[in-house]
Formats: sequence, C-alpha cells, structure tokens
Amino acid sequence: MEVNNNILNLKDLNVYYGDFRAVKDINLDIPKNKITALIGPSGCGKSTVLRSINRMNDLVDDTRTEGEIIFQNRNIYNPEVDAVSLRKQIGMVFQKPNPFPKSISENITWGAKINGFKGDMEQLVEESLKGAALWDEVKDKLDENALRLSGGQQQRLCIARTIAVKPEIILMDEPASALDPIATLKIEDLMKTLSKDFTIIIVTHNMQQASRISDYTAFLMTDENRSGHLVEYNETRTIFINPKNKKTEDYISGRFG
Amino acid sequence: MDKLRKRKNVISRIIFQTATIAGIFALSILLFSIINEAFGYVIFVNENSPADIYDSDKNLNDADEDELIAILEQNLSKGLIRRFNFEKPFAERDVKNILELVMVEVVNPEIVKAWSLTSSIFGRKKILDTLAQDYPTGNLEFRSWLTLKFLFAPQSSIPEKTGIITALSGSLLLLLIAIILAFPLGVGTAIYMEEYAKQNRLNSLIQLNIYNLAGIPSIIYGMLGLAVFVRFLEPITSGQIFTTTVNNTANGRTILSAGLTLGLLILPIIIINAQEAIRAVPKSLKFSSYGLGATKWQTIWHHIIPYSMDRILTGSILAVSRALGETAPLIVIGASTFVAQKPNSIFSKFTALPIQIYQWTARPQPEFRKVAAAAIIVLLVLLLTLNAGAVLLRNHHNQKKKG
Repeated sequence: MEVNNNILNLKDLNVYYGDFRAVKDINLDIPKNKITALIGPSGCGKSTVLRSINRMNDLVDDTRTEGEIIFQNRNIYNPEVDAVSLRKQIGMVFQKPNPFPKSISENITWGAKINGFKGDMEQLVEESLKGAALWDEVKDKLDENALRLSGGQQQRLCIARTIAVKPEIILMDEPASALDPIATLKIEDLMKTLSKDFTIIIVTHNMQQASRISDYTAFLMTDENRSGHLVEYNETRTIFINPKNKKTEDYISGRFG
Repeated sequence: MDKLRKRKNVISRIIFQTATIAGIFALSILLFSIINEAFGYVIFVNENSPADIYDSDKNLNDADEDELIAILEQNLSKGLIRRFNFEKPFAERDVKNILELVMVEVVNPEIVKAWSLTSSIFGRKKILDTLAQDYPTGNLEFRSWLTLKFLFAPQSSIPEKTGIITALSGSLLLLLIAIILAFPLGVGTAIYMEEYAKQNRLNSLIQLNIYNLAGIPSIIYGMLGLAVFVRFLEPITSGQIFTTTVNNTANGRTILSAGLTLGLLILPIIIINAQEAIRAVPKSLKFSSYGLGATKWQTIWHHIIPYSMDRILTGSILAVSRALGETAPLIVIGASTFVAQKPNSIFSKFTALPIQIYQWTARPQPEFRKVAAAAIIVLLVLLLTLNAGAVLLRNHHNQKKKG
C-alpha cells in the first residue's frame, strides 16, 4: 500500500473500558476513497475500533484510549482537537436506523444547520437524497415524518443525513444487519457509489458482504484476555482467497466464529 | 395439578377484582357525599316580604326603575342611599342592578334551614311539614350551592352570600409562583444530573437526597418556608424593599412566601420526573446527533428536550396538582382564614382552596358544610382538569413520536 494515499493511520491503538482492555495494539492504515471492512467474531472489538475513529467512545463513561490515530497530520486524541468538529469530518451510520423524529427534509438539513451551512437547503436535501439513492422514493413526501419510512429507507436517510454534512470519512457500524436482503443489497450498491467521493470504513458480521463490497479487509480476533487484536490486514481478495494466517483462513471458511 | 393451577388463577383474579371494586366503591361514596351536600332544599325567610314593600298587583321582578328606587328610599337610611349613589349613581344603574340591590338590602332572604340531596328527594313530606310548622313565613326552594355567583363572590360570613373567588385566585396565584420557581429549576437540575454530572460519590449523594426530599412530609416544607421565606427573607417577601407603599399586615405571610414554599415542595418531584423522561430518550437518538457533529448543548436543546418534553410536562402537571391540594404547609406559613378581598399583588395576604374548605367545615353553622361541599367540587374539577390535561398531552406526543 502506498503511504501517501492513506487518509487515516491507527498506531498502537488501545481502548480500555474501566480496567478491561477491549482493544490491543491495533495498527491500521486506511486508504482514501476505498471501502475498508473490519470483520471478526462477536466481541473482538471491531465496533470499538470504529467508534474510536470519530471519538464516539468519549461519550461512554470510563473509557480510556491510548495510542494515536493520525488524521490530516495530527493525532485526533490530541487535547487541542475538538471532538465535535472532528465528527463533522468523520461521520457515522449506526447499526439500527435512527432518523430523528422529524420530517425527511429536516433530517437532512439539521446537521447542515448546526454546522453553519448557509447555502440552498432545498438543493442540499435533493443532492443528499440523490446521493443516498433515496430521492425518487421520497421526493413527494419530504415533509412527512421520517419514522414512517421503511427500515431500509430510514437507513439510507441516515446515510443521506451523514453525507449532507460532507465528511471525509463515513464510518458504518453493521449498517445492514437490521435490514432484509433486498434493502441490504441497495445499501451495498450505495456504498460502492459513495466510495468514489468518501472513504468508507465498515464493520460487518457478514463475510459475504465484506467480500462483495470492500477493497481492504482487516480481521480482528480476541486473545486469551478477551482483548481484540488485529490478526491480518490486506486487500480483500488476498484475505478471502489466500490468507496468510491460519486463523483468518479458519474464520472465513466458517470453521469458527 | 392442572386443576390446582386453575383454581389459584381464579382465586387471585377474584382477589384483584375485589380490590378494584372496593376502590371504586370508596370513590363513589366520596363523590356521592360531596354531591349530596352540595344540592338540596333550603328554607329561606325574607326580612321584608316582597308583597309588603311593593304595593302593587305586579310581581316585584316586573317593577320598573322608579318604583324600585322608591322602595329603596322608603326602607333604607339616607346615608346608605347616598353611599350606593356614590358608588354608582342610580341614573346609571340598570333595572337588574337595582332589583338586586332591593333583593339584597330590603328583602334580604336568609336561609334558615337546609337539607341534603337525599333527604330532599326522599323526605319531601317531612320538609313540607317543617316549613308549615316552624317557618310559616318561609319559602322553600331547591338550591344548588355551586352557582356562578358562588365562583365569583368574595368571602362572606353569611353562607348563601359567600364565594370562593378569594380562595380560587389565591390558589391559582400560588400555583403560578410555584411553577415559575420549580419548573425551570427542576428541569435544569434534571438535565444536569442526567447529561453532565459524572457518576461519583457526591452526585449519588445528591441523587439520594432528591429522592428523599420527594418523600418528606409537606408540613416540614411549611416549617422551612416559615423560617426562610416568612421570617428570614421578610423584607423581600413582604415587598418592603421594593416599595414603601405596601401597607398590609402580612409581615411576610404573603402569597409569594407560600408560592415559593409550594415550589420547593414540588421541586424534587419535578426533578425526578424530568430525569426519568430524559433517561427514556433513546441512546441512538443522542448518538445520531453527536455523530453529525453536534455539541452537547445542541443535542440537548434540539433532541433531548423536545423528545422528553411531553413526559416532563406530564410529570410537572401531576406535581402541580399535588401542590393545589396541599394544606399543611400553608397553615404553617400562615394562610389567612378570612380574606374578603381578592389578592391584588404577590405581597398580599392570601387564602387557598383547601384552607377555605377546611375553614368552612370547621364552622358551627350547618349551611357552611354545604358551601364547603360546593368548594370541594370546584377543587376536584380543577384537579381533574389538570390531570386530564396531562393525559391528553401525553397521548398527543406519543402519536407524534410514532410518526
């Protein structure tokens, strides 16, 4: 991997919940405008790694992070870095679709408004909804409550809401695990399109999904102390066809996990 | 085995049903006894019968203005006539007003005996006998003690003329002050405790204290109010430092003191309710707000407060309805039992509905019990309105949340 193309570098990342070390010594270089998948068995710390990238872990009491995450030439855990403005650049889509209990267009505009967006709101709504492949389905009911949409539509609305803030990176925490297969496919297609403009990091339980959509895959596992650590990280094709590590091979061939 | 389980099921169901029925029964008795007192036959005796003062074939109600003024001049002292004329010249008064003056000042009906609703319905014959034997000049009338006049009349020592406007406006002003104090303070505290406070020993201690305060007997709050608002802060609560023209005998026993005390009384209840409301906001909603780069305050203001406001309001309304019925702290603070004038500022002496009811039931004249029953109906209607408002609000917002 060429170094200059990386947007994010995780260096010796350790995350603790109280005394428990959830994630141990993670080193990862995330390439720009690619889809990177984090896979691994339950409890291996992949979601923790994801949440530490936009400092969502700060919101959980008793969390401590060690090591560095370099984004735009600085460590995001530096005291002078403002977590709030960091989250504008590194957006997040959650496992369960969680639109605001407001209208569809308000869902899009709210994030832009609080970030001081002064441009044309209607245009922003249309652009973002088109970007999330939702425009055709909702263009006639932009004032309707977002909670009336189906689960898949809600999740695409959450993606639209995230890209409306124009982040550099979009973190996705199992974005399709609460959806049916057809809605899942739509989300996956959408991610491929989005990766032209955004860097996407996705946590997924679904190995087929990782192999279908991602360019790079990181495989995490727990050690004897239940701490998650990185087993193997490479191009997705290499991981799935020719894994270097025996554990990776066992996992992707479904022998455990 | 199966039979036993079935029987246990039946027995427990019967027990629960009995409990429910007993509760409904008790409530019905309460309502019945109030309504029973508030309506019924009365015998009133006129000081001057209309036939005596109005020398005509017509009814007094049909007399014209000049005739009525003549009646007044015949029967009342010159000084009194002059006073009425001074209050509002007779030329400017309409017939209805003058007729009322005649009725009150000259005819002056006085209730001498009153019956409850049940005895009015089932003991009509006995009532007629009493009328014929004991009050040959009396008139029998079916009277509702709860009238519009009762709602808007000031307090009086004559049962049929007394009203609850002083108590009602006192109570409403008290609640207003209590809400103004307790609502922002309570919601603010709840937001701090839920969103800002770290989990440490000090904060758990504060939390424990809030829970305990909600359970403290209200008379203790009365003592607190007496010591702090009435005595210590007297220059403020009596209004002396704001204006020199306040010239009443309240000495800090004002609406302001009582309202602040009630505010403190409901503060912990509002805090606890608001905390529960804020805790019920889904984490996912908060995270999605933070995930878009919102600050803590933006998240609280745009998402947490709107989402939890219906529950906060419901809890606050229920707390306020508790304050409406509180009597003990007001007695300690020194609610006046007889206030003939509506409170005209927050530095006035005051009385409140429950105080007034208590005072009326303690009077020796049996008619005042009827008056008290009417006042209880007003209090209950107020309480039910508040609670119904809370329920409606909750339903309305629940629908909104579901989209």
